[in-house]
Amino acid sequence: MVSILAVDDSASMRQMVSFTLKGAGFQVREASDGVEALEIAKNESFDLVLSDVNMPNMNGIELVKNLRQLENFKYTPMLMLTTESAGDMKMQGKAAGATGWIVKPFNPDQLLSTIKRVLG
Amino acid sequence: MSVDLSQFHQVFFEESFEGLDVMESELLDMDPADVDDETVNNIFRAAHSIKGGAGTFGFMPISEFTHVVETLLDEIRAGKRSMQASYVDLFLQSVDCIRGMLSDMQSGDEPEKERPDQLRKEFEAILNMGDGPEESAESVAEDSASPGWVIQMAPHTDLLMTGNEPFRMFRELRELVGEDHLSVEADISRIPEFTSLTPEECFIHWTLTVTSETPLDDIKAIFEWVEDECDFEFSPLAGASSEDTADAHTASASTEAASPEVADAEVAKDASSSAAASKTNPDNTEAKAADKPAAKAAAKPAAKKAAESSSIRVSIDKVDSLINMVGELVITQSMLGQLGQDFDLSRLAKLQEGLSQLEQNTRELQESVMKIRMMPISFAFSRFPRLVRDLGNQLGKKVLLETLGEQTELDKTVMEKISDPLVHLVRNSMDHGLETTEQRIANGKSEEGTITLNAYHQGGNIVIEVADDGAGLNEDKILEKAVEKGLVPENNQLTPEEIHHLIFLPGFSTADAVSDISGRGVGMDVVRKNIQALNGSIEVKSQRGVGSTFIIRLPLTLAILDGQLVRVCNETYIFPLVSIVESIQIHRSHLNHVTGSQYVMQLRDEYIPIVRLDQVFGLRDQSQGSDEMMLVVVEGDNEKIGIVVDDLLGQQQVVIKSLEQNYKKVSGISGATILGDGTVALIIDISSIGKNIVPVKRQQSRSEQAA
Amino acid sequence: MEEAKTETLMVDGELADEQQYLTFIMSGEEYGVDILAVQEIRGWEEPTLIPNAPSYIRGVINLRGTIVPIMDLRMRFGLQDASYTATTVVIILKFDSDHGERVMGIVVDAVSDVYTIADGETRKPPELTEDDNSDFIKGLVNVNEKMVILLDVAELLNLNIQGLGEHALND
Repeated sequence: MVSILAVDDSASMRQMVSFTLKGAGFQVREASDGVEALEIAKNESFDLVLSDVNMPNMNGIELVKNLRQLENFKYTPMLMLTTESAGDMKMQGKAAGATGWIVKPFNPDQLLSTIKRVLG
Repeated sequence: MSVDLSQFHQVFFEESFEGLDVMESELLDMDPADVDDETVNNIFRAAHSIKGGAGTFGFMPISEFTHVVETLLDEIRAGKRSMQASYVDLFLQSVDCIRGMLSDMQSGDEPEKERPDQLRKEFEAILNMGDGPEESAESVAEDSASPGWVIQMAPHTDLLMTGNEPFRMFRELRELVGEDHLSVEADISRIPEFTSLTPEECFIHWTLTVTSETPLDDIKAIFEWVEDECDFEFSPLAGASSEDTADAHTASASTEAASPEVADAEVAKDASSSAAASKTNPDNTEAKAADKPAAKAAAKPAAKKAAESSSIRVSIDKVDSLINMVGELVITQSMLGQLGQDFDLSRLAKLQEGLSQLEQNTRELQESVMKIRMMPISFAFSRFPRLVRDLGNQLGKKVLLETLGEQTELDKTVMEKISDPLVHLVRNSMDHGLETTEQRIANGKSEEGTITLNAYHQGGNIVIEVADDGAGLNEDKILEKAVEKGLVPENNQLTPEEIHHLIFLPGFSTADAVSDISGRGVGMDVVRKNIQALNGSIEVKSQRGVGSTFIIRLPLTLAILDGQLVRVCNETYIFPLVSIVESIQIHRSHLNHVTGSQYVMQLRDEYIPIVRLDQVFGLRDQSQGSDEMMLVVVEGDNEKIGIVVDDLLGQQQVVIKSLEQNYKKVSGISGATILGDGTVALIIDISSIGKNIVPVKRQQSRSEQAA
Repeated sequence: MEEAKTETLMVDGELADEQQYLTFIMSGEEYGVDILAVQEIRGWEEPTLIPNAPSYIRGVINLRGTIVPIMDLRMRFGLQDASYTATTVVIILKFDSDHGERVMGIVVDAVSDVYTIADGETRKPPELTEDDNSDFIKGLVNVNEKMVILLDVAELLNLNIQGLGEHALND
């Protein structure tokens, strides 16, 4: 089963993403900020990481940077969830090692199709 | 598949309201001259989340308005602009506006338009002047028709480190253009010697040939994520215009140009975020602008009537504690069950032990459950910084707000219901209690007036004090008004406390002009009624020139009452323990008739009106009943009343049940409860029992006048 | 308890709009209430007095944690015998009022039977005296040559009827 780590400080977004992905047959783990996500990542591997950019404690960019340091996350696809007003963020995200991005707001179908893109 | 997003709406609303609270509190705390980054970040993030969520769940008006708020915040955060006091006010107004819009949409109504439009104009005015970054409306690269394309793709060696996999992109391309229209050629010339090969790096370059008339932009979209990690060259397949080639070259390499151009183009096309549809759906070969419907259609909010948020956040500890207690209860029950199976008198001691254990378990469980509904009063206090600030500005008074005991816990429902009365008291204190700045200085007081909110537990109650260091109650004015309204006879001799108490009478207000804030004269008695409805009480302590303190006492919970059981004839009634001042045994002869059926009695140095419960409830004749009676002295509406019963029975905690639900309101009765033997006992409503009693003082003065 | 046959009445051979009624006896007369309004039937137990209530409101009882008022229907109707014997019965009725669902108990002499009665068979009661009881009567019907008085539960249990004002205590 394909497992996805979904990180967002907004509960409603987490729920929406989780519900959508689980409904499509993915296994989903949720985290509400970068710190939590990193903790989880130290003990578990995932096929894909979805992360919001703006989060307290450790933002998405930092998270990606830190995840890339971990052995089993070196090549894992990581998608940033970012709004269109964040051109800089995309640059920083890429610099940190993100695979790509999904622009917010997105609907469940867009989410799924982008994920399927990445996972091939 | 279609996911019903409406199931997430309630969570979105709740977290958005919380986010607005965070914004407001940070804005209120901040000093515009010295703002730290963390604060701006917090505010930005809150607005950002609301905008994102609103867009995702289809609340477009909120998303659009919040966008402009967020934009200014972003500029401040990025250092392009600095925070100013006027911005703070604008942000605070926006918080209110968004709150209103959220409320509207939560109840399924259309949100207002005027306020957000007007505020948005103000934001735009700020953003458009000076150093704001301009959103350039760059022209989008034209869709160019061509029989095909040749794509040179030269990934940088670190491409794989971003989790991007070339073959994944090729597969996508193949899907886009059709299996027969794509051919891929690999250039492996750059792969180093095996011994120096690092598998993590990418050394292969590719040439992709597309032989279908796919728009270039669609092809580029597939590679959008890796534009920076690869060198691309797009050339049309035979017979293309030079213009296209120029575009193609602009699209490749230079990291600065590539993504911002695409990003800005997106932004320019459609301010609303529905442009996202085309960005993430490269397979959709339809033009981007036309893609709006996709996102917008899904965006019609499922406007269902949202129930009032009736959920509570409970800490895990409280829940665990509860689970433990239930566990113990189960053990006790099982022990008693076993005992009951083969019971004989020799095991009586064990039975008693078990029952005592049961009592303890039940008590602990009850306390534990009550705690779940308990929340710190800080939730109620939190609206006051804003209120005091705004009101202070409105009144032109400098006011400092102090809060103490914010962690004091009380029942959630009680807290919700005490909120409005507290607001009224604070407004009243600010408006009438605190003097103007000039007056204060003239009286040698500090320029700034202070309003203090203080909460603490006392006995089984919570006490909330609202204090001001203002002018104190004006006894002369109050007395004047009271006489004017005929509430008090002219030649009265009221103590200051009694005069203070007059403000709680209906229709009372000494405000000369009815100010918008609190001078309508419907205030204090309504406040008191509301508090009494919660089985609480309010009193005021005041000193001329020094200030006033309103003291509210509330039970910790609405559903349970500490009761004193009494017997009248053969009936059992219950008095709220909190209202009992004292109980004494008296002889019938101690009661004095005053007028008709009204009795009074001398209790030490005062006369108190007496109510015979057996008469009031029509249980027996006046002359009947024993000569030895029990007098329960209660505090009702700030006046002592003596209620005559036959006997005092025990004290116990009772669960309040509604009499009105299936019957109707009964005067003198506030509710019912079920006693240990399964029978119903009625709970006495102290304030309505005393309603028909003419206050003794006034009676005396009238009879004196008559004499 | 009188025995009566349950009958299904038809109008012109067709099943018209029908309703089932639970019937009971008071002072020898048979009355009926919509069976859907009947929650349960209990024996008589001494209720807790409500101060200054009309005499036909006997008090309230504890019905599995809910406080339920008990109305003596015989007294409400001004009938002569209102005794409480071992066979006295309390019918617990539930109905929808403006304030939500309400539950009340009525004291009757005995429960009789259940009949299915077609609306067409029910006749409006003649204009009686100013006796307020007529407000409660939905209609009259003939069952087995006996007259059964069908009662309107909502009106019956409407406490505002008969000037059920509150005692002067709080005027």
